[in-house]
Amino acid sequence: MIEVRQLRKRFGDQQVLDGVDLTIEKDESLVIIGRSGGGKSVLLKHIVGLTPPDSGQVLVDGQDIAHLNERALLAVRRKFGMLFQSAALFDSLTVEENIAFVLSRERNHTPEEISRRVAEALEMVEMPGVQKKKPAELSGGMRKRVGLARAIIYRPEVVFYDEPTTGLDPVVSDSIDKLIVRVCERLKVTTVVITHDMRSMQAVGRRVAMLHHGRIYTSGTPVELMASTDPVVSRFVRGISDEKEHTF
Amino acid sequence: MTEVPTNLIQRLLSGLGRFSLMVAEVVRSLTTQRLSGRDLVDQLHFIGVKSQMVVLVTGAFTGMVLCAQTYFQFHKVKMDTATLAVVSVSMCGELGPVLTALMVAGRVGASMAAQLGTMRVTEQIDALRTLATHPIDYLVVPRVVATMIAVPLLTAESITVGILAAYLVGVHLLQIDPGYSLVNMQRFTDHRDVLMGFIKSFIFGGIIATTGCYKGIHCGQGAEGVGHATTEAVVYASIAILISNFFLTLLLTRLLALI
Ligand SMILES: Nc1ncnc2c1ncn2[C@@H]1O[C@H](COP(=O)(O)OP(=O)(O)OP(=O)(O)O)[C@@H](O)[C@H]1O
Ligand SMILES: [Mg+2]
Repeated sequence: MIEVRQLRKRFGDQQVLDGVDLTIEKDESLVIIGRSGGGKSVLLKHIVGLTPPDSGQVLVDGQDIAHLNERALLAVRRKFGMLFQSAALFDSLTVEENIAFVLSRERNHTPEEISRRVAEALEMVEMPGVQKKKPAELSGGMRKRVGLARAIIYRPEVVFYDEPTTGLDPVVSDSIDKLIVRVCERLKVTTVVITHDMRSMQAVGRRVAMLHHGRIYTSGTPVELMASTDPVVSRFVRGISDEKEHTF
Repeated sequence: MTEVPTNLIQRLLSGLGRFSLMVAEVVRSLTTQRLSGRDLVDQLHFIGVKSQMVVLVTGAFTGMVLCAQTYFQFHKVKMDTATLAVVSVSMCGELGPVLTALMVAGRVGASMAAQLGTMRVTEQIDALRTLATHPIDYLVVPRVVATMIAVPLLTAESITVGILAAYLVGVHLLQIDPGYSLVNMQRFTDHRDVLMGFIKSFIFGGIIATTGCYKGIHCGQGAEGVGHATTEAVVYASIAILISNFFLTLLLTRLLALI
């Protein structure tokens, strides 16, 4: 349902994406891994049309969105839900207003329906009863859950997660992984997760694609990647730095 | 955005281009999208109520000092009773609109740039876009419309307070004759002065909000970017107000002479 063809993007003299080819099938759950600063977030922003590419195509249900204007893109994005790396909650609104954002702007829902669906979404992310809090009063893990509730309440077809577990303790990470799987199964959505947490990759992915040097270096099932003998892949999945390469 | 502008002229022109695109998008949004009443009222409240204090103080003290200074000069040539007429004409046409707009630019323009700038650097604007909402519709249009409504009202308030304060200073402190003063005030201030002030303050309101929002939406990275955006919003809005005021005076005097 989403097809990325030869996507290229350069920031200044840094070629971040250098010909990315990637297909995301309907109802699959794909994990994208890659090094920090490797362009994973940038790739995601291209797929949802937040950033225009220098060249290449992003086809969503056959329509090239790379050169659509912002108003036309809004309709396409209605199919997507996105959880940002930083959660990106609106800090001037309460949790409830954040989650209800899309519904309350669509003007065809009653206040009762909206508050019922907000409660349902919060139930789903296991955070009932925080409706009246402000995002600043929540912890990092709680913010991500609220961010996820905001992204799934309007029943998107695809949910993108940008590093959902980074910066969280192992227990919370695990519960977020389970949450992602549950959302995927219950709402029957296509799931795309960016992560460099190997546990998370094995927990949520059916297929894994690795972004390396601005391209999709390889893809396969989590088991295949964990067992790979390719030096780049095996160093990454086992977390071993290359002595000859300065990575920082 | 793909090419990095290298010199000042290029930067200036591309900035001007993006600014015009934003204004065009605001106009398009106004004509095609429904404006949310609640957002508008929130902004009106914020701009109107938060600016009361500065506008009242500015208006009152400008009226008072203008009255005193004019009196000191006019007294030498025995034209005491024309003092308040000068105050009222200059408050209506020039000082009221310009000073109010400058004060509002400092308060409201700066806070718009800071708010939208923070939203940009914390990815809230990107989040808005993924939630199928155009940032112009949700963030910019209510602010622009509310400012264009609020600034003329605040200006009227500041002019009124300024003239009242001048009257008190003139009549009670400087012993000017109240009867003749009022007659002169009415003779020399006509509806054209009032209309000029009104039109100017409407335009100034537009300048303040579009500059503040533009600087916020196109803000640089991090806390430094937000800081820059805030300062620049105030500086650019103030300069634009002062420069356009001169041309508006010339233009409006011509146009209003026709009616
Ligand atoms: N708006 C931008 N302007 C300039 N450079 C950018 C911009 N956005 C990203 N970059 C650069 O692109 C590169 C990739 O960034 P990106 O955020 O996609 O990395 P990432 O793979 O998501 O890393 P992480 O795992 O740490 O989140 C970085 O080196 C960054 O400096
Ligand atoms: Mg990232």
